Amino acid sequence: MAAETLSEQYKRSGKSGRRAAFLLVLPLLAFLTITFFLPIFNMLNRSIDDPTIDRLLPRAAESLRAWNGKGRPPFGAIAALADDLARAQSLGTVGQIATRLNFERAGMRSLIMKTAREAKTFAPPYAQAFNAVDLQWSDPEVWGVIRHASATRTSSYYIAAMDQTRKADGTMVPRAEEEQVYILMLQRTLWVALLVTVLCFVLGYPLAYFISQQSDRTRNLLLILVLLPFWTSLLVRTTSWIALLQTNGIVNDALAFVGGDGARLELIHNMTGTLIAMTHILLPFMILPTYSVMLSVPPALTRAAVSLGATPWTAFWRVYFPMTLPGAAAGGLLVFILALGYYITPALVGGRTGQLISNMIQFHMQTSLNWGLAAALGGILLACVTVLYIIYARAIGLNRLRLG
Amino acid sequence: MGRTTGIIIAAAAAIVILAGVLLFMLGRGSETAVNDLDKEMSDLQLPSADGSTPPAPTPAAGGASLAGKSLVVVSWGGAYTKSQIEAYHKPFTAKTGAKITSEDYSGGVAEIKAMVLAKNVTWDVVDMELADAQRACDEGLLEKIDAGMLPAAPDGTPAVQDFIPNGITPCAVTTIVFSHIVAYDDTKFELKKPTKLADFFNVKDFPGKRGLRKTSPKINLEMALRADGVPAEKVYETLSTKEGVDRAFRKLDTIKNDVIWWTPGSQPPQLLADGQVTMTTAYNGRIFDAQIGEGKPFKIIWDGQLQELDVLSVVKGTKNLEAALQFIAFATDTQRLADQAQYIAYGPARRSSLPLVGTYSAKPEVDMKAHMPNAAENSANALQIDFLWWADHQEELNQRWNAWLAK
Repeated sequence: MAAETLSEQYKRSGKSGRRAAFLLVLPLLAFLTITFFLPIFNMLNRSIDDPTIDRLLPRAAESLRAWNGKGRPPFGAIAALADDLARAQSLGTVGQIATRLNFERAGMRSLIMKTAREAKTFAPPYAQAFNAVDLQWSDPEVWGVIRHASATRTSSYYIAAMDQTRKADGTMVPRAEEEQVYILMLQRTLWVALLVTVLCFVLGYPLAYFISQQSDRTRNLLLILVLLPFWTSLLVRTTSWIALLQTNGIVNDALAFVGGDGARLELIHNMTGTLIAMTHILLPFMILPTYSVMLSVPPALTRAAVSLGATPWTAFWRVYFPMTLPGAAAGGLLVFILALGYYITPALVGGRTGQLISNMIQFHMQTSLNWGLAAALGGILLACVTVLYIIYARAIGLNRLRLG
Repeated sequence: MGRTTGIIIAAAAAIVILAGVLLFMLGRGSETAVNDLDKEMSDLQLPSADGSTPPAPTPAAGGASLAGKSLVVVSWGGAYTKSQIEAYHKPFTAKTGAKITSEDYSGGVAEIKAMVLAKNVTWDVVDMELADAQRACDEGLLEKIDAGMLPAAPDGTPAVQDFIPNGITPCAVTTIVFSHIVAYDDTKFELKKPTKLADFFNVKDFPGKRGLRKTSPKINLEMALRADGVPAEKVYETLSTKEGVDRAFRKLDTIKNDVIWWTPGSQPPQLLADGQVTMTTAYNGRIFDAQIGEGKPFKIIWDGQLQELDVLSVVKGTKNLEAALQFIAFATDTQRLADQAQYIAYGPARRSSLPLVGTYSAKPEVDMKAHMPNAAENSANALQIDFLWWADHQEELNQRWNAWLAK
């Protein structure tokens, strides 16, 4: 009896403790939901959801969905499209239809605008009426474009993001070679992120070690210097590299002073510029976790190893390094994931060859207004990060990662 | 230990000081580049208000009919916005009593689309590139504008005939003609000066790096074809075929590795000034500013210039529709458009405005007529960008452009 009450009391107090903890994180949770989870969900939804055609060409969409895409489109669909276009023309929604279809095939915009203007006068036989406006309507592929776009759940943005395109009957074919770009950009982004991570490790690890070996005072000072770049804006740090690295910049002037004018190198507006600037900006994210883990390694351990006969290298490699690895691994993960999403730096210093996938996403958000494709590219990037994170977690072990 | 620390501190201090000096030396140029990333219109330095004669406000004809109303007018910032404030906003406020708040953006339709979709329209009038306005209009993001409400020219010519071709479209009224031109640094070519567009692609006779706009195939493809000998009226016909597009890209291939790519409009004069390039494409207003405003030894090649239009539009769903339309009618009348040209080297969109263009407000000895892209002597071999053609083909060509750039 008494024991039961006690365990009940224990449960109750545990419950209230959990409730208090939950209430404490509630603001953060709400914040994350609104600013993080909902936008991501919204983005992923946008990449597959596009009701434009279904909404604005309802009857044509329905009968085209019933068509298998082979041979000629059914007569019912042709008549329905004439009807829908005439109504869209009177409602002023033709532009939206035209824009949506032009994402799928160049020239659809003017074809739809032109046809919609005449659609009111169309009379059976409708197929001839369409062909009379433009002979492109005799091409089943044109109808295939409308058929694909008529699905409210569409995979066409992902197909475009994979450098593929679809024929009327649904078979996928790669885009013309001179138009393939996204796969290349994705590979390049992953490669750059990897390279930046390695560079940050090579530069950051020795520095973190050096700092951790100093006296308290020096250490704090050096740490402030590591953090100093955060006091200036990312844009300023990036554009400073332009001044340093450009053809007549300080670095090249120094090179020319030593080796003559022929010694000038192209250090900016290309991949080199992107790598240098990104490594510089992301370096602190590698140094800080590595450093704080290094601090927690007792110096006695390496000394013990040496006193037991290990060479300094063995003592470092077999004793010290494994103990600092969790910090370096955490730093590496931070740098890698941050690097995957970088876009301002490549946009400013990357020139033509130093652009990354996020620059493509920005392009489709801002310039081409193809938000569906931007969302699909974002979705693919998110999937890549998730997969790599899982692989990383398996290889290193998440519980071994330490930030200090 | 103490000594090492001292050395480290000294080294660190040196680095900090060096960084400070560097940032200082970076000077205005790069700072501007930072501030208006993506900004594509001119950023001329305007004279202070006291030094110039403000355009005389028209006497309040209809009285303060819009007193108490306020409008948000969005434009590209910098000197371009200032020219609009002087030529449009101030006289409009004086005439109607409506208060105008000016906001900056960096072009594109993304903000307008987000605003209209969220049904939270906070912008009333937006200054846009015609191609963007057309697309926004297609997507139902802009209010329709009735051309009949635009005032006629002083001689009675109706607005529809007074405006240049494409000057009035269903959702937009053009204010200025701006131009994509080739500019070069005069000091870099001592013996033989480049004189025509084709010289831009001739790296052998006119050595040095070239600057080209990175953001879109528009401009670049047309320029490549014009330089390759395609006459203005055949450019879009040629580009409509695969062979024509291939031909343009082949021409661009010849200088692909000599190009430094620019994005914001402030960059080309900066690239020229820094000696990064010897020749670059640019917006004519920016080069005018560097030439006349700052006295830089830059020259403009008007041959083969590509003209584009900049328009005023009203965001769909604005609460101030009536005032916004009145503002557009006022701002695009003959006198207002001519007034704007004394602050910035962009041409007025009305034929009747051109003869009224006066001198540069900062330097009265400079006749602005000579610097207008649509002045007769400059536009002999000009091509007007076909925004409707681009609306059809941009998806496909953007894709190819991005792929070409990446490889």
